[in-house]
Amino acid sequence: MMSKKILITGNEAVAEGAIQAGCRFYAGYPITPQNELIGYMAGRMPEVGGIFIQAEAELAAINMVFGASAVGVRAMTSSSSPGISLKQEGISYLAGAELPAVIVNVMRGGPGLGNIWPAQSDYFQATRSGGHGDYHSLVLAPASVQESYDIMQLAFDLADQYRIPAIILIDGMLGQMMEPLVIKSQIPNPKPQIKKPWALTGCRGRKPNIVKSFFMQQGGLEKLNLALQKKYRLIQQKEQRWEEMFLDEAKVVLVAYGTMARIAKAAIKQLRAKGKKIGLIRPIALWPFPTNIFRRLTTAHKQLKFLVIEMSYGQMLEDVKLVVNGRCPVEFFGRAGGGVPTEEGIIKKVKNLL
Amino acid sequence: MKKIFSRPKALRNQSTHYCPGCGHGIVHRLIAEVVDELGIREKVIAIAPVGCAVIAYDYWDFDCSEAAHGRALAVATAIKRLRPENIVFTYQGDGDLAAIGTNETIHAANRGENLTVIFINNAVYGMTGGQMAPTTLLGQKTATTPKGREAQVQGWPLKISEMLAQLAGVKYIERTSLYSPQEVLKTKRAIKQAFQNQIDNMGFSLVEVLSPCPIYWEMSPKEALDWIREVMTKEFPLGRIK
Repeated sequence: MMSKKILITGNEAVAEGAIQAGCRFYAGYPITPQNELIGYMAGRMPEVGGIFIQAEAELAAINMVFGASAVGVRAMTSSSSPGISLKQEGISYLAGAELPAVIVNVMRGGPGLGNIWPAQSDYFQATRSGGHGDYHSLVLAPASVQESYDIMQLAFDLADQYRIPAIILIDGMLGQMMEPLVIKSQIPNPKPQIKKPWALTGCRGRKPNIVKSFFMQQGGLEKLNLALQKKYRLIQQKEQRWEEMFLDEAKVVLVAYGTMARIAKAAIKQLRAKGKKIGLIRPIALWPFPTNIFRRLTTAHKQLKFLVIEMSYGQMLEDVKLVVNGRCPVEFFGRAGGGVPTEEGIIKKVKNLL
Repeated sequence: MKKIFSRPKALRNQSTHYCPGCGHGIVHRLIAEVVDELGIREKVIAIAPVGCAVIAYDYWDFDCSEAAHGRALAVATAIKRLRPENIVFTYQGDGDLAAIGTNETIHAANRGENLTVIFINNAVYGMTGGQMAPTTLLGQKTATTPKGREAQVQGWPLKISEMLAQLAGVKYIERTSLYSPQEVLKTKRAIKQAFQNQIDNMGFSLVEVLSPCPIYWEMSPKEALDWIREVMTKEFPLGRIK
């Protein structure tokens, strides 16, 4: 099929990207600023023969996803920050039962009910465990409408491959913003590449399958945890993803993801036009965090300074500090609760560092 | 010699972890017998609860999923919607179905999900040590109602089956018990009906089973069965509710 170009919001691009990636189950609950996503799914999912359910609650939605995933179907839910907090128990159960699923968080301001302005304040929640137990979700953070669409295929593929929940972390601005989207190819009904012999389908011709995260016998749960940790180490080795710009000659490297990286790029353009040597690292995967590029850079150039920019009060900052480990100064610039660091603000901050 | 009694195929050859006099083992077996008789073992997907019956999948010999506490009907909803050719049932206790999971219960019923629900009402939280359940009777002593349940403080026993009967999406609700062999047989008939309804695409079916918990009722197994007959059925009348 020929590619086509359409104007679409980030929320809708995520939804269509999921459909194209073979997602055939969606359950969600209305919350701003992700309502375009559930609305889009309500109309689109039946067109491809999938199941759409408006759940009675966020808890029901994530547990419906659990059920859908347990029978081997690519399944997704979406919400915004307060709703994602409610889903944490379910995400922990997905991780414990090693079920793949995709969870989209269109972040808004917090804590509490907060407001509906864009924010990046759920970084800790997404990249640490979020729910109870020693687990990780894969966390991907696109920075444009196009990337929001494209990344869905990757999210579903990796979730299936590693049998792990994958979180798409975008903010309300990216969710609501319209941009041109090039849909390169349309696959009418792609079959997931990975076989799922563990799925519940009825035990015809095989022994019964059990989907569980409860291990009462001594040592059973430790065994699961050790297997999970082994899997997480493999993911940390293989699935780091980032975009880098102008790092070779940089004196200051900005570190930002999602919408914040877009604003950082605009600031870099202005600064470089004036001859300032500024680079960028944009983590695309937030977990696993792209430690490789930081290690490489701080081993080669000791004179660097990092400036972490977030719509929070310093969450990704901790991951940067952990990997830089004192080899270079790490500075921070951030706002949250409705405030977004501006191009001018970033430029001013960078000039102070040079 | 003709063999007239044996273990159902849908039940594994394994002794259970349940306390002496507990009703779970009986209901597990009844379900297994019904599954055999309907010839659906290879189609069944069960949802085990959080509570005493969490490892029901160690005893049943068919596909099974756990669900978080109270969320069995959300998990079951997705499974049945995606795989209507399978027979999907949840097995839930009173705390799971009528306290922490009330929302999921009411909304799955109200959507008329074509599911079978086996609801074990033993008026107490068993696994956690005998605390008050939503179905605990007035005056009943539990770990969290040491002086007995008082309506003014803890409210009244929740009749969730009668509540659910009001919903248009609900096809069938029956309350049975285990206090005598006759009652056990009635329970089996009701369970079979609830599965048959799903096979016939009739919608939401629920069987509430008044089931003994001698340990946390602080009774002998025989006393527990008598208590169901003489006391519990006064609050929770047996029979077809819808």
